[in-house]
Amino acid sequence: MLSSLILIIIVAAPFVTALVAASFPANARNAEAWLSGFLTLGLLALTIAFYPQIANGGVVRHQVEWLPSLGLNLVFRLDGFAWLFCILITGIGFLVVLYTRYYMSPKDPVPRFFAFLLAFMGAMLGLVTAGNVIQLAIFWELTSVISFLLIGYWYHRGDARDGARMALIVTASGGLALFVGLLVIGYIVGSYDLDVILASGDLIRNHDLYNVALILMLCGAMTKSAQFPFQFWLPHAMAAPTPVSAYLHSATMVKAGVFLLVRFWPVMSGTDAWFWIVTFAGLLTLMIGAYAALFQRDLKGLLAYSTISHLGLITTLLGMSTPLALVAAIFHIANHATFKASLFMAAGIIDHETGTRDIRRLSGLYRFMPFTATLALIASAAMAGVPLLNGFLSKEMFFTETAEFDPNMFVNLALPIGATIAGMFSVAYSLRFVHGVFFGPPPEKLDRVPHEPPALMRRPIELLVLICLAVGIIPGITIGPYLAAAVVSILGDEAPYYSLSVWHGFNLPLIMSIVALVGGGLLYMAFYRYLNSNRDSTPLLHRFRGQRIFEKVLVTVTWRWARTLIGVFGTRRLQPQLLIIFALAIVTGALPLWNRIGTLAVPITAFDPVFAMTWLVGGACALAAAYQAKFHRFAAMILLGGAGLVTCMTFVWFSAPDLALTQLVVEIATTVLILLGLRWLPQRQPTPTMDAAGVRDRVRRYRDMIVAAAAGLGLALVSYLVMTRPAVDGISNFFVEHAYSQGGGTNVVNVMLVDFRAFDTFGEIAVLGVVALTVFSLLRRFRPASESIGKPQQQLVQNAFDKDRPERNPGDTIAAYLLVPSQIMQWLFPVIIVVAIYLFMRGHDLPGGGFVGGLTLSIAFILQYMAGGTRWVEDRLRILPVIWIGSGLAIALLTGAGSWLFGYPFLTTHFQYADIPLIGRIPLATALLFDLGVFLLVVGSTVLILIALAHQSIRSPRASRGVRRKPATAASVTSTEKAS
Amino acid sequence: MELVLSLAIGVLTASGVYLVLRPRTFQVIIGLSLISYGVNLFIFSMGRLRVGAAPILDRTDTDPASYADPVPQALVLTAIVIGFAMTALFLVVLLAARGFTGTDHVDGRD
Repeated sequence: MLSSLILIIIVAAPFVTALVAASFPANARNAEAWLSGFLTLGLLALTIAFYPQIANGGVVRHQVEWLPSLGLNLVFRLDGFAWLFCILITGIGFLVVLYTRYYMSPKDPVPRFFAFLLAFMGAMLGLVTAGNVIQLAIFWELTSVISFLLIGYWYHRGDARDGARMALIVTASGGLALFVGLLVIGYIVGSYDLDVILASGDLIRNHDLYNVALILMLCGAMTKSAQFPFQFWLPHAMAAPTPVSAYLHSATMVKAGVFLLVRFWPVMSGTDAWFWIVTFAGLLTLMIGAYAALFQRDLKGLLAYSTISHLGLITTLLGMSTPLALVAAIFHIANHATFKASLFMAAGIIDHETGTRDIRRLSGLYRFMPFTATLALIASAAMAGVPLLNGFLSKEMFFTETAEFDPNMFVNLALPIGATIAGMFSVAYSLRFVHGVFFGPPPEKLDRVPHEPPALMRRPIELLVLICLAVGIIPGITIGPYLAAAVVSILGDEAPYYSLSVWHGFNLPLIMSIVALVGGGLLYMAFYRYLNSNRDSTPLLHRFRGQRIFEKVLVTVTWRWARTLIGVFGTRRLQPQLLIIFALAIVTGALPLWNRIGTLAVPITAFDPVFAMTWLVGGACALAAAYQAKFHRFAAMILLGGAGLVTCMTFVWFSAPDLALTQLVVEIATTVLILLGLRWLPQRQPTPTMDAAGVRDRVRRYRDMIVAAAAGLGLALVSYLVMTRPAVDGISNFFVEHAYSQGGGTNVVNVMLVDFRAFDTFGEIAVLGVVALTVFSLLRRFRPASESIGKPQQQLVQNAFDKDRPERNPGDTIAAYLLVPSQIMQWLFPVIIVVAIYLFMRGHDLPGGGFVGGLTLSIAFILQYMAGGTRWVEDRLRILPVIWIGSGLAIALLTGAGSWLFGYPFLTTHFQYADIPLIGRIPLATALLFDLGVFLLVVGSTVLILIALAHQSIRSPRASRGVRRKPATAASVTSTEKAS
Repeated sequence: MELVLSLAIGVLTASGVYLVLRPRTFQVIIGLSLISYGVNLFIFSMGRLRVGAAPILDRTDTDPASYADPVPQALVLTAIVIGFAMTALFLVVLLAARGFTGTDHVDGRD
């Protein structure tokens, strides 16, 4: 249990450390390197400590419940093969961290680099230890995303951006295919657990969906491991800093594809489809990669194509579906990681010390950096497959496998010949790497004199080259047991006998090796002149550039098709969009009704002429409002209020007193609101040209009328159909039955709002508060229309009247107009407050509650503003609406959280009745406290909205354009007032 | 009565939809308000119409059949308040757009 928990730590620690690393200052190269170095070494040590548990085919598993209802669990699973990968990831990760310390220039923002690198390490560890295939797919995509960030690390460079984008699109699309493929496999098996899947090989291979799953999975594996035809992204990813190439593009990420193939090898391989697709995609990649590598002039380009080719070799081995080939594949994964990582690092050192990676500009570096040269020489020899190095061993195993007799003559010839030719080219490009860079005359065209890098920068290469040598000379001791553990974890009892010795006698594979070595040397000599000329293309292949096809597809999909779609469906105009929305809503609403209306039932409640008359008025108000809203806004507003009042009466009529109360006070608040807003909307006058509306306008209006009528008719029909059918048993009964016994109130609606459904109410009041603050902040920078900056017409007339008469002061007329109402409003202030509190207090038992009470109290405040004017009120009364909003929300929240103290879920209520002298028996529930929060928030929000709008009248108004911004200070307000 | 109320819902909705499709921002705001009346009544009517059966419990009688359906009422109550907030927000956006673009067309240009 404890040891399996450590698995989670191994996966999680890099992510956590990445966050820490990201917070370091920009130039903290040493701190970053220490931190990352310690982490990677620690992880390496932890991984090594697991060895005894997995050595003999053991599996360490740790399961965390994730979505148990869907049968999904997070499973971390370490077996021999995953262990080998963990060693590669953490071990080479440590060396890369050390190397990065010296590679990065002090000008590079290293925290970002180390954070990404560590996060990548975490994603990769998560990928190889995933014991659930969905988890595997998630980590898979995570590696794609982080590799995108790492390739694009120098994002000021165009090639880095392009390379990063291409890598992301190719590998992430492949990852998506993989995800679907894994879901298909999960569907076939009935479980996403890797262990269950690995035990159902026959079920998967014999299922109808096997081919679908195989193709999808191969899309993922082959994009990630840069197999033909997806190989083109890897050379472009070389725009990444060299440590990234050494880590991602040789040792870890590109190996994820072959990792996947090995992981699913026991259940997917062995079929014809697997053999033909995987083997020959691999063989083609092997040959194309080796061939193209020879003609690269960029050191890293050469290494990238070489990587593609070696991955092709591994894929070919996996395609052959024999246990021995699998052993060779796993062996080569480890070998390639060591020699290729060291070669990338060497290339980085050369770039660092000479300022170029162009092979034709480099030569004779041996005399300047003999140590590095020797190291690179040995590593390239391993890459070429020279005896006594690790590359030779796995390559011999590869040759052995290809030379196996196959009944199919084509396969029998193609595999060994293809392998030998690819071997020749790999010898040739290795020669070019070494000879072109380190031998020959001293370089002429360099900007500086190269010298050996810092010793510590060379250490990682030294260690890796040492491993190459050790594995190459004494494989049985160095890699033998670990390879065996990995092989057993995949093959179990079927693990074959194999010999890791260097000398197998003089046989066919050895002849193939000799042919490859000699032929490679001859090839290099034959092409020597061509390679050092200025021709910059790969013969025969330069016409087929995956990049160009990729870009063409990208442009077609993301530009041409997108433009076409926008051209057909897009518009910048609101009205057509709304028309489409309504039309669609009508159609989708009408479809289920079609043929199902049947006969219309008779109304249930008796017809009442009074009610019909009120709606005659209400309907007329609505229609008239629609007619008047263009030019007569004030009239439209009054008519809207009329429709609202009739709605309110309907609520009274049909037993909804709470709704009626709320609707009534909201009507008042809305009317005040729109009145305040109308001040800033310049009047619209119907002009003769407008009256003579064109035919098009009239057609448009009729069309809208038809749509509107259809919408109205549809909704009327639906509501009639529902109302005349008997009610179904819903959740309502529960609320009625338990409102009193569990909520302690007799007003069911209120009990629902503040008790049963209090969490919804909490969300709603939060929305209300947010809207109020938004209105407030929008109005702070409000610029009215230039036509409405001056005083309104009516006010000008009144003031002119006052000015003409010496006995009157300006403003007297308006004061006289409002004298009686304003007196009444002022006297009503305390009365309305009492009413508001009364409505609030009785809400739990009788119609009322926080919403109604709050709105009523805010109306009390607003009436004072109307009666006395903004200044008069604010001289006497300090209302701080934002405080009301904040305290309301806080009270509601704390009331809810309070139930945690007593061990109940959020917003559980407690209630009892209390007898208070004079007032009597009142319900005291914690729900009342929650309702108090609602009350305060509603007051604050409503008052804030209305006051913010009212304040615009006393701010010094500024035109919307061409006027310099100036904060509205008190001084400027008064000065403009005086001026006017 | 069901017939009257459903016709009322239809008229409110139709007037609102027509206004929402018009080009001037003030028309749209009035239209949205009318639509919200219609929709509130529609949701309310889903609980069926009951006269004189407000969901205020008599402590001795908790039979659901004696009361109007409280669920649509609770839904509509908050909808009314949120509707007010929406009107306020839209009004302020309308005013700001009028000042900013110099026109009250919904697209910000005539």
